[in-house]
Amino acid sequence: MPGTIQSIERAAAALRLLANTGRPLALAELSAALDLPRPTAHGILRTLREVGFVDQDPSSSLYSVGAGLGSLSTPGWDRHDLRSRSMNWADALAGGTGCAVFVGVPDGRVVSLVHHVFRPDGSPQRLRTNETVPMHATALGKCLLAFAPLVTPAARDLDLHRYTGRTATTPAALESQLVVARRRGCATGFAEYTPGVGGAAVPLRGAGGLAVGALAISGPVEHLFGSGGVARARLVDQLTAAAREISVTLGHS
Amino acid sequence: MSERVVAAIDQGTTSTRCLLFNRAGRMLAVAQREHRQHYPRPGRVEHDVEEIWRNVASIVPAALRRAGLRPENIAALGIANQRETTVVWDRHTGLPLARAITWQDTRTDGIVARLTAAGHGELFSSVCGLAPATYFAGPRLRWLLDNVPGARAGAERGDVLFGTMETWLIWRLTGGPDGGVHVTDVTNASRTMMMDIRTREWSPKLLAALDVPERMLPRIRSNSEVYGTCTAVLPGVPVAGALGDQQAALVGQTCFAPGEAKCTYGTGAFLLMNTGTRMAESTHGLIPTMGYVLGDDAPVYALEGSIAMTGSLVQWFRDSLGLIDTAPQIETLALTVPDNGGCYIVPAFSGLYAPRWHPDARGVMVGLTSYIDKGHLARAVLEATGWQTREVVDAMNADSGLPVTRLKVDGGMTANHLLMQFLADVLDVPVERPLGSEAVSLGAAYAAGLAVGHWSNLETLRANWHRAAAWEPAMDPGLRRREHANWGRAVDRSYDWVEPS
Repeated sequence: MPGTIQSIERAAAALRLLANTGRPLALAELSAALDLPRPTAHGILRTLREVGFVDQDPSSSLYSVGAGLGSLSTPGWDRHDLRSRSMNWADALAGGTGCAVFVGVPDGRVVSLVHHVFRPDGSPQRLRTNETVPMHATALGKCLLAFAPLVTPAARDLDLHRYTGRTATTPAALESQLVVARRRGCATGFAEYTPGVGGAAVPLRGAGGLAVGALAISGPVEHLFGSGGVARARLVDQLTAAAREISVTLGHS
Repeated sequence: MSERVVAAIDQGTTSTRCLLFNRAGRMLAVAQREHRQHYPRPGRVEHDVEEIWRNVASIVPAALRRAGLRPENIAALGIANQRETTVVWDRHTGLPLARAITWQDTRTDGIVARLTAAGHGELFSSVCGLAPATYFAGPRLRWLLDNVPGARAGAERGDVLFGTMETWLIWRLTGGPDGGVHVTDVTNASRTMMMDIRTREWSPKLLAALDVPERMLPRIRSNSEVYGTCTAVLPGVPVAGALGDQQAALVGQTCFAPGEAKCTYGTGAFLLMNTGTRMAESTHGLIPTMGYVLGDDAPVYALEGSIAMTGSLVQWFRDSLGLIDTAPQIETLALTVPDNGGCYIVPAFSGLYAPRWHPDARGVMVGLTSYIDKGHLARAVLEATGWQTREVVDAMNADSGLPVTRLKVDGGMTANHLLMQFLADVLDVPVERPLGSEAVSLGAAYAAGLAVGHWSNLETLRANWHRAAAWEPAMDPGLRRREHANWGRAVDRSYDWVEPS
């Protein structure tokens, strides 16, 4: 059996100490209690602060347990926190692309819509927040399958219902689409759920780069896709930029 | 690329922001800086206007840098501001005589009580449309004249100037002691208790009642005209728009037709309805106010209903009760139960504002049984915002004779879709959120851009308004009636809690 990793052991000890003392601690107290040189203790605490497991008060410089540790056991972001942090960028994305914008999170075998911004074209639209859409037939769903494999089902466990003639109805067909999505960093849906409607989606990432949801633009396929059925670069660039900005607010560095 | 854009400064209560908008009304960049809140005594809240001026001088260039633009790209500058905050300064040195007294500050309660006791209440109501209250700027100016050494003598000599925040910033931007333009916009002037709301000029009678020398007052100008040209911060750029923040949101939401209304949901909520070119008197507890005046166009009036606690009730639920970690999580908690379980919260933490105006009311939580859990409390918190809005809308409908047929909403709480649906349900009208939540800054930009011809007319601006979300009423009418009656009974129980001292 390979040996344990010393720096992880020391980080764990530092966290136990902070959690059990019940008050914020100074670097000197921590390095003394852990029996470590101050530069070593400082390096460990700085790293823990970067990943959100430790907070440091800006005025007193004292360390305490960070909020990131408490959220370890929760399956992801609160859906309403996610909506709140996405809102401004989702609006800007809709304004810039002329598309509807959705934020989705995995909910068992389907995607739950956390946020919806109308397509800014004056057409009548209905707010679809809290509705669900299938994973295998939408850009949002395929994005989550491709980039959040631990919190989404395997392709073979999905009900691959045929919604349109373009829906992927075999695990192999779906898997090959996910491979393309991973390579491009963006999943697309070409009229696979609703005839004439397409979408493109990229992951929203939280601390440590974990995908916590997906951001999608949606609209008529001819608006989204150019020749050869490839999503228009101008739209995908804006989508990617908005996802990056939202991910920063979610703790992704 | 030499795109022409319009800059807006939103000088708010906690921070000052600079936003740049393109011709489609889309935000290109934003820069923001908070300023310090000074609380010298209970009930007193002050701002250092020198600090705010320094913040303006740093955020405007920062916003330009972010957008990759230069002052030459700016067609005009507009200013939205925190309305009733009051400042006096020396016209020769450019230095304030004291910190500004902000709109939340209640130190003028004695002055207001004396005005009312002297029988001036009716005079103020009939001339400026406002009953004397600590909310407005005039009594603050009187307090400064009475309490700041040298203020009154300086004002009478013509050395000391008065203004609200847009007055201060325009004076500084256009040269300060070296030829700065001393003006106020008509919406802020309408909230000083010194302006005749029909003539839109300073009222000698009201100035006499307040004992304020007219010499120190700025000229009252429309919301959309070139006041002057910047010599600092944006050299050469015309300052061409100024509105109070809530009136700016009315313009930003393009509520240009009588009967159109918007509600901005922040710490509190402010509902304004366009009542057209005639001033609507209020017999239902609303404030008649200037809506906007665009250049030489006919003035547009508005009715305003303010609700003290909306977002701040959610903050209390988070910070004082600790039932949620973040404000958005109240929606998560509320969705754990199907309804309020019979529980109602009336957030009269500092009395009830519009339309009831009961300063002696205090908050109550009623209908508690063993069945109630924190999910029901979360519902009751959100529903309080819905019912308070309903009361203001009912008062608007009664006072204006123009029924609200849909409500445009903006502000942070519009992220709460459960609340927005409840709002549509209890108002029984559609609730709509525009794309981009920056209605206040956008309104200031619109006023400035119209003045310099960047936008040609109001129809162009209407075309920039895009619906980002809409909530349709879906509540059973019988349920709405019963819940409304329950809310009313809950409010009854909040009255007369504070005993006269």
